[in-house]
Amino acid sequence: MAANLQVKGLPDGWTLSYIGDCAIAAECEQEISPELNNQVMAVARRIRHRECPGIRDVVEGYCGVTVYFDPLRVDIALIISNLRLEIVRGCEPHNCSSDGRLVRVPVCYGGIYGPDLRDVAGVAECTEAEVIERHTAVIYRVYMLGFLPGFAYMGSVTPSIAVSRRQTPRLSVPVGSVGIAGRQTGVYPSTGPGGWQLIGRTPVMVIDLGRPMAFAFHPGDKVQFEAVSSEVFDDLSTAV
Amino acid sequence: MSIYVRRPGLFTTVQDTGRWGHQRFGMPVAGAMDGFSYRLGNCLVGNKPPLASLEITLTGPELEFQARCVCAITGADFEVHIDGVEIAPNRRFVVRSGQHMWFGGLRSGARAYLAISGGFDVPLVLGSRSTHVASGIGGVDGRALRAGDLLKQGRMPDSVLPRVKSVPPRVKLPKGGSEVRVLAGPDSQFFDSVSAKGFVQSRYRITEESDRMGYRLAGEPVPPSDSANMISTAVPVGSVQVPADGLPIVLMADHQTTGGYPRIATVISADLPILGQLKVSDWIEFKFCKRSEAIEGLVAQERTLMAAGD
Repeated sequence: MAANLQVKGLPDGWTLSYIGDCAIAAECEQEISPELNNQVMAVARRIRHRECPGIRDVVEGYCGVTVYFDPLRVDIALIISNLRLEIVRGCEPHNCSSDGRLVRVPVCYGGIYGPDLRDVAGVAECTEAEVIERHTAVIYRVYMLGFLPGFAYMGSVTPSIAVSRRQTPRLSVPVGSVGIAGRQTGVYPSTGPGGWQLIGRTPVMVIDLGRPMAFAFHPGDKVQFEAVSSEVFDDLSTAV
Repeated sequence: MSIYVRRPGLFTTVQDTGRWGHQRFGMPVAGAMDGFSYRLGNCLVGNKPPLASLEITLTGPELEFQARCVCAITGADFEVHIDGVEIAPNRRFVVRSGQHMWFGGLRSGARAYLAISGGFDVPLVLGSRSTHVASGIGGVDGRALRAGDLLKQGRMPDSVLPRVKSVPPRVKLPKGGSEVRVLAGPDSQFFDSVSAKGFVQSRYRITEESDRMGYRLAGEPVPPSDSANMISTAVPVGSVQVPADGLPIVLMADHQTTGGYPRIATVISADLPILGQLKVSDWIEFKFCKRSEAIEGLVAQERTLMAAGD
């Protein structure tokens, strides 16, 4: 019954397991850390380049890589041996240096763009300017995308402003809203319901299927938010 | 070269095999809920590889054909008329320009597929024509069909239609509910023996809060042990997630790419088509099976498709 695969020679903390009959998950320790996530990105990248027959998708998460396949067209033994090999390689320090790009995101904080900025400052017992300063001081890491197409889970927000989700989610969060949920931060790629604390908004479209690069954020990217005035926000909005 | 939508039906969308390869960006796969019937329809009209079809849910559309079209209807058993003459499912037929296709009562199942030779020509979005309504992507403007829509037929293949080697056996359609086979896990460690037993011994019902994203079930709760610190991860279609209230949710074609609830089991690929033919208030009983049985089920489906001309 156990879905866990017995594979010899895996580095400590890593496991391989079946998820149903069309996916295998390679997972490291269940912990949110840039080092482990770097290893995950390295494994995913290399598995993707190997182009095994029958693979449908390779998906990075916080602590693991999930390989989706067509069970009738795949060589499972090959996938398992490739995963084992790439996990061993990915765990070597020189192989898992992060090669993510640095994406700069202009944000107009507060006011109508960030209706929860005042509340966040209240909970954090600091000024709104200090919340902005602390949110822009960190270079975040895209650990995973999910929830909505193009929605990047980024971390880690500095503990002093790591305010938890709103008690009642909003029914409609405007596209481009920048939110905080505990130590995570993110940008809403489309207008829809959401429960994160909204501190600002970006005019940059994080998903645009008409662009060659449809998604602004990729797993493993570095992201830096930059505070801009509402005039700059308006200029950029009309430019895009 | 067009098909005019006089009446859209309850929820009719363009679907194909799904939008694979972009889940790392959070893009759901979507695609036909009953992938077997979808492929069977395409085999029958000679689309190889399978092309975009209409997925027709519970109440069917009324369509006016403005060009000659080779068609097949598979999946759910609807009463279907062409200019007042009833036609049989699971076989190829020709509709001439000016004729009307009318969907009447649903006898069994939930979703039918209308395949046409050349497929429905809507723009490819990230490699697929599947509609994902929640994000407004694919199909006709990212939404279900509306009255007045004009659907384009893709270019018909130059080759002669393949001879259908045998009329496919009548596809088993659930009536009122079905047993569904699952493989254990991957998060079995969160479920004690009482929950695991309850899961397979109970009869669940599909609740109103169910759609192409997932089926929320009512019945015996099988709560996981403390799982508050679980870190979200990628989740495949068929995952049976159990939130703290203990009531299982089965992830279906439009599901989000990641999830953070413990998964007690995963529906085998061969039984996803059965799930796609269930509707609100139908029952589900889960049954654990062996990995080999899961693969055999898929092989049997491939054989049927090959016999139908794939």
